[in-house]
Amino acid sequence: MRTQAPFGRRRVAITGAEDVGAYRVLHAADLDGPVPQPGQFYMLATVLGWGAGQDDRPFLPRALSFLGAAEGQLSFMLEDVGPGTRRLCALAAGDELWLTGPLGNGFAAPAHGRRAILAGGGVGIPPLAAWAAALADLGVAACAVLGFRDAEHARGAQLLDARCPRTVATDDGSAGHHGLVTDLLSAQLDGDAEAEVYACGPPRMLEAVRALCAARGVPAQLALEAGMACGFGACFGCVVAVRGGGYARVCVDGPVLDADRLDAVPVH
Amino acid sequence: MIDFCGIALAHPIVNGSGTFDAIAARQAFGDALLADFPFSAFVSKTITLSPREGNPPPRLWEAQAGMINSIGLPNRGLRGYLEHDLPQLAALGVPLITNVMGSTAAEVAALVEGVDERPEIAAIELNVSCPNVATGLDIGADPASLGALVRAVRPLTRKVLIVKLTPNSADVAAVALAAEFEGADALSLINTLRAGALAPGSEAPWLGGVTGGLSGPAIRSVALAQVGAVARRVALPIVGMGGVASGSHARDLLSVGATLVALGTESFRDPAAGSRIARELKSLQIAGSGSTTLNEAEAQVEVDTNCTDSR
Repeated sequence: MRTQAPFGRRRVAITGAEDVGAYRVLHAADLDGPVPQPGQFYMLATVLGWGAGQDDRPFLPRALSFLGAAEGQLSFMLEDVGPGTRRLCALAAGDELWLTGPLGNGFAAPAHGRRAILAGGGVGIPPLAAWAAALADLGVAACAVLGFRDAEHARGAQLLDARCPRTVATDDGSAGHHGLVTDLLSAQLDGDAEAEVYACGPPRMLEAVRALCAARGVPAQLALEAGMACGFGACFGCVVAVRGGGYARVCVDGPVLDADRLDAVPVH
Repeated sequence: MIDFCGIALAHPIVNGSGTFDAIAARQAFGDALLADFPFSAFVSKTITLSPREGNPPPRLWEAQAGMINSIGLPNRGLRGYLEHDLPQLAALGVPLITNVMGSTAAEVAALVEGVDERPEIAAIELNVSCPNVATGLDIGADPASLGALVRAVRPLTRKVLIVKLTPNSADVAAVALAAEFEGADALSLINTLRAGALAPGSEAPWLGGVTGGLSGPAIRSVALAQVGAVARRVALPIVGMGGVASGSHARDLLSVGATLVALGTESFRDPAAGSRIARELKSLQIAGSGSTTLNEAEAQVEVDTNCTDSR
């Protein structure tokens, strides 16, 4: 599922920003952009002060899946983990972004009559939130199982559409189930072996979800993350090793890949 | 129009080899890419005789004012390129330059002969940043090795033959002179500077290929010096590149002797950078020329770029 992007980067205004737990949510007015497909992403850079951080970084734009999209508005969710996200987290209403996108392939709907289980967490929330809203609009039954470090991060679960029931796990037990998101996913699959899984999250979590689905023979689509320079297939930098040899480019072949294309989710 | 070795180009901005995959870009942007194609000629990624998967990831490192890549030349191989890629590239509507690399003169000869048969291709660019299997040194770092390679392949094609020089040599002008002496039609430089990075909090290399090539604004001043050094010694047209991100950077390379300017890393940050920089350059040339019309300005910058047929 792909919506093609207008050619080139465009200048858009930030219309608002707020903190949700440990995360920052940005809203941008993308008046000239098309409606993206859940799972697609954009390349973002600030118009001012890009390159003014630690070690004169960031230099390259940053790839971010959108969190929500409606009527010329886009939203993104991010966590300050490095010079690029730090600069983006500092944006406020009235600041400007360079935006290219939507890019890549998004999620494909489950086979008729099958339920969707959205599994993941952490900074993997955005594509799952966009997909939860789309599935609710389509009338597809769905639920979410979400894992986080702690209660502060688990507030990110609020960003999912209210129509999508969710259960939460935290590493430290400060909210929801004390344990891993795969515990919650196992319980869901015990109750519905016919479901299809859609996953996004930190690499180790995503690999655990992939391995669980593979062991149970459950179809899964994984939204991958990779460092990338361009986002549109030019640099060949964002590859992931695929089953049977060779590499796929996360930006143009993904970021959503069928889980059975991978032997493992890379953890570097 | 610009005349580059007999090839008519709409403006002086092209892409550096391996920095723009027009087939993938068309998938991402659709036909809007063709309507506003950013380059006046399209340079392919490096094509090798056999297919290559490229290096294991990680392949990228963000550096200060630039990036290091260790991609490893993934491509379908000559046959896959000619059968699969070339028909799609021919739809771009700009002259095509095919970049090839081999580790022996026989391999390069087979590549040049294969490309020579295809009328869609206007020019061949030799990537000589490849170790000589006998000496282990980069062919392009050694005037004698490079001269021998050009001597071997020059008789195999009447297409425009461009030699892409590596900056990782002791004397780039000496290598350029060897290419000129053996009949190259044009030169392109600079390729990336060899560079490395350590994984954060570790003493191990970050890149799957261990070392890579540094590009971006960090190397712009190196490019300016090397293009100037080559232009002073060699009469061939030069495709200058290295860290160009604006029309004024392009103008600087033209002013030290380049005929065309190639973009690489800036296209990653701005997919339509080629069109923007061509526009900025034209504005600067009009402002600097004192002339009042576009045509006059164009005429003024159209310096003698015709190649002498040195075959």
